[in-house]
Amino acid sequence: MTRFVQRWAVFAGLVVVWELLTWYADDTFFPRPTEIAAAAHELWFSGPAGDLFLTDTVFEHVFPSIGRLLAGWGIAAVVGIALGVALGRSAAAAEYAGPLLTFMRSIPPPLLVPVFLLVFSVGTTMQLATIIFGVLWPILLNSVDGARSVDATKFETSAVFRIPKPQWILGVVLPSAAPKIFAGLRVSLSLSLVLMVVSELVGTDNGIGSQLLVAQREFDFPDMWAGITLLGVLGYALNTVLLVFERKALAWQPKQERTPATVEEKAV
Amino acid sequence: MTAMLEVADLGHTYQAKDGAHTAIADLSFTVGTGELVCVVGPSGCGKSTLLRTISGLIRPTRGEISLHGNEVRGVPDDLAVVFQDYSRSLFPWLSVQKNVEFPLRRSLGRAERRARAAEALEWVGLGAAGRKYPWQLSGGMQQRVAIARALAYRPALLLMDEPFASVDAQTRFELEDLLLKVRTEQDTTVLVVTHDIDESVYLGDRILVLSTSPASVVADLKVDLPAQRDQITTRESEAFVALRAEVARLLNVGKTSEEVRARREANEQQAAKWAEAERAEASRADAEERATT
Repeated sequence: MTRFVQRWAVFAGLVVVWELLTWYADDTFFPRPTEIAAAAHELWFSGPAGDLFLTDTVFEHVFPSIGRLLAGWGIAAVVGIALGVALGRSAAAAEYAGPLLTFMRSIPPPLLVPVFLLVFSVGTTMQLATIIFGVLWPILLNSVDGARSVDATKFETSAVFRIPKPQWILGVVLPSAAPKIFAGLRVSLSLSLVLMVVSELVGTDNGIGSQLLVAQREFDFPDMWAGITLLGVLGYALNTVLLVFERKALAWQPKQERTPATVEEKAV
Repeated sequence: MTAMLEVADLGHTYQAKDGAHTAIADLSFTVGTGELVCVVGPSGCGKSTLLRTISGLIRPTRGEISLHGNEVRGVPDDLAVVFQDYSRSLFPWLSVQKNVEFPLRRSLGRAERRARAAEALEWVGLGAAGRKYPWQLSGGMQQRVAIARALAYRPALLLMDEPFASVDAQTRFELEDLLLKVRTEQDTTVLVVTHDIDESVYLGDRILVLSTSPASVVADLKVDLPAQRDQITTRESEAFVALRAEVARLLNVGKTSEEVRARREANEQQAAKWAEAERAEASRADAEERATT
């Protein structure tokens, strides 16, 4: 509890410092945090009580954005884990697919937006494609790695007890790979936030990204900063939720074997 | 006594990049139903190859193995193995109880599985530890879980690969006595592979002494000790001392002639390399096996 207070005290302190600095500088490009908060309130939280005070913007732009982010990430997770486990357990397949994977993952996903625009035309499909293509790789490669890391003794144990293939994959390979898969999922989740914004910068007027762009073009800097803050909060919230699931799923891990906590993990 | 396991003219040669290596030359022996037989041999002599061929993980290049009259092709249905490395053999994400149940999922319903696992854990004295995770237990207790898992499977033959080599001496004695107790109670046929001469004499009804690689049977000794064994009185008895000396002599223990030592060192170096070849072969055999079922 005290650690929680300490952490947030530092955060609050920095906001106060920022407030004072921006107040002192009085620069249009850097509005004060209180102005940003007011803009955020105006933008998203001044709706009718029946909608929990959420404005139409939230329903028309924020929720669809989050929806696309989660859908893209979810599809990438299913495809990445399934494909990764298959590749990880088949030396031949991994050897054939290896160079292709390395090639594809080296392509910066934002560069593919024009390509996807051509292929899928403007709209949700193209946005989903951008997110999926961008976030697939960490999940896929971690799944390959995880599936490959099942030790020989577990393999032989399963062979000796004639564990059927589905039980072997679901009951031995997946749990063995789970810590690595979760690491991939976490990287991908923060990436999907980035790609969600990128996919909304061209050819659409819907979503957090496009709203941000509009605010910037109209020199509405408090709105723009509010959008940036929203993205930060979103990233934090999504990561926190995923960590809760991860803790549950990997509760079996002995404490000392757990991967050392990163900064973001400690923040929960 | 009917034979549970028959090994006839068994031979196995690995094809490695730098030539072929014969791990087993010419092995023949039988294990009677209800017997506990120890296979003892110098390290790197092909013991683990023998174990892998019997368990069907690799197909021998020569000879025949049959389990209660059926030729072993692929992993037999009613065979269980207890590995040396209990911490890797157990599944850390499953509770002790679920670990024991895991191999039973294929053939048994939930309730029966649970009952059998609980019963087997009772046999090894871990009736109260079912809900714990393996890593919360000591090494000796983990190996007991592995033994319980094998027993719950009701194998016709229980194979043990250096089962007590990774625990401390005290625990080792306890586990040896535990094994003797449960195998009498459950009337299990057991084949223990070990490099420990004392252990082979203490546990076995019979001892198969293997030569250095390529392995063949140097001696098939009957252990003439009372069935009820005791860590102190049995080990100090004349019969025990005489027998362990005989096995040691057969294994050339203590003879530090340059030739013997050089051969042993070469064997040990090779052992690591073969282990890799074995694994590769085992996974290939397994893939074939799965493809055919």
